[in-house]
Amino acid sequence: MSAYRIQGETGEWEVVIGLEVHAQVVSRSKLFSGASTEFGAEPNTHVSLVDAAFPGMLPVLNAECVAQAVRTGLGLKAQINLFSRFDRKNYFYADLPQGYQISQFEFPIVGKGVVEIELSDGEKRDIGITRLHLEQDAGKSIHDQDPTRSFIDLNRAGVALMEIVSEPDMRSPEEAGAYVRKLRQILRYLGTCDGNMEEGSMRADVNVSVRKAGEDYRTRCEIKNVNSVRYVVQAIEIEAQRQVEIWESGGTVDQETRLFDHIKGETRSMRSKEDAHDYRYFPDPDLLPLEIEQSWVDSLKAALPELPEEKRARLEKEYGISAYESSVLTAEQNIADFYEEVAKGADARLATNWIMGDFFAALNRTGRSIEDSPVSAKGLRELLGLISDSTINGKIAKEVLEDMVETGASASEIVERKGLKQVTDTGAIEASIQEILDANADKVAEYKGGKDKLFGFFVGQTMKAMKGKANPAMVNDLLKKLLDA
Amino acid sequence: MSLDAKTVLKMARLSRLGLSPEEVSTYQKEMQGILGWVEQLNEVDITNVSPMVGTDLARARLREDLVTDGDCQEAVLSNAPDREGPFYTVPKVVE
Repeated sequence: MSAYRIQGETGEWEVVIGLEVHAQVVSRSKLFSGASTEFGAEPNTHVSLVDAAFPGMLPVLNAECVAQAVRTGLGLKAQINLFSRFDRKNYFYADLPQGYQISQFEFPIVGKGVVEIELSDGEKRDIGITRLHLEQDAGKSIHDQDPTRSFIDLNRAGVALMEIVSEPDMRSPEEAGAYVRKLRQILRYLGTCDGNMEEGSMRADVNVSVRKAGEDYRTRCEIKNVNSVRYVVQAIEIEAQRQVEIWESGGTVDQETRLFDHIKGETRSMRSKEDAHDYRYFPDPDLLPLEIEQSWVDSLKAALPELPEEKRARLEKEYGISAYESSVLTAEQNIADFYEEVAKGADARLATNWIMGDFFAALNRTGRSIEDSPVSAKGLRELLGLISDSTINGKIAKEVLEDMVETGASASEIVERKGLKQVTDTGAIEASIQEILDANADKVAEYKGGKDKLFGFFVGQTMKAMKGKANPAMVNDLLKKLLDA
Repeated sequence: MSLDAKTVLKMARLSRLGLSPEEVSTYQKEMQGILGWVEQLNEVDITNVSPMVGTDLARARLREDLVTDGDCQEAVLSNAPDREGPFYTVPKVVE
């Protein structure tokens, strides 16, 4: 792939991108309290006095959140630190009752790892992971309910987050987008984060700088809280362009925190964060260091599910599918499960073509996802079985699938009800062909005179006469026999 | 160690406190005193001693991932200086 470059007045500029992704950990209760993490509850009900930082309340670490961080680290092929520690990150904000966020600064639970991304042209690149640490989420401020006041909901305060920090290894908006998508896919496979960006379960801080080829890094800006892949891509394009213009007009880029406004299509400075980098971290005296056993890490590793890359490789080998097909079919774990349930023991090529073609089209048409698919894997396998054993032909099968989507009936019921069984009776097909040939004596003469293309015409006419139910292979054979007779 | 007025003002800003000029000089003196007292620790040689955040015998105790707390909205909101329905409220803070 040709490198992504911004064409400036003074020449070409390269973009350097690093991401900090905040992923909400899947757990029943919060990182340091027994309050529920469930989304969408009545405001301030999923809050314990620990989360609300009442005096004297003490945090107690949730073992499952630690396990989830370790699983994620293993999924990122990263170093797992058996010793880690919690620190206080101090800042004042109305939705942070403690006045500090409990985070891991000096000793994170997960160290260096790697994520392999694939670009649209199939090129693969490794993006380095610097670290992953556990921390608390803050509450939510609602600004649009009152002219002079902000409303605070602490339901999310104290929910466990994993902050996953990448190396500044990305060089284009597309790579950053591919990285977020891949990370999301890995987390969803692992079951450690639901990856729901609309609900805020995953959000990214994007670090962007620009430079001329061969230079060291220039000053970067951090764009906070970008909550979709599309916005990550847009924010980088816009921010990189802004920086190029500053450098080229003789200015300097200030290191600062910026906000992406997708409506105005701009990034702008968050001046209130000027002092925010002075977090005055120190070890949280309420929490002892976290020490975990290698044997526990090993047991978590042994229980990891098959990850996207392994699954792709296996599906390609077992079912003979292409790299493109495997990437589509493993995009989500439940798509892959559905596919395997259909393809196992069936004609794998047929299953692949049908799922990627007519079945996905049916999902699109009905606006359904694989979870609430109108056709079950078992139902689809039955339909494909009817094709394989020549009960129906492929064309009729499309009609049956549509009926299945609409009525929820099984393939065999529909075939029975509509009388769609394929005609494999040689006599019946021969009789039908003979009628067509008799009615088109002129075309038969032309065919015999060398106009081979007319063969298709005879096939079409025969299928039409038999209402599409004839076995196409038999029609071909018999037609050839009768014409060449 | 000397602590200038500028540092006091910065600490105040980070803590979201507004200080009058008199208060600045009061706190400057008081914090100076605290720092001076803590500075005595610098007399101890801690070369090759790693910071102690617990004892070697103690490590973090973990709890099971169960919902055992919450559902105490009234208690959570009881100390709020101002509230509106299920929320507590603060003077508007917008970027």
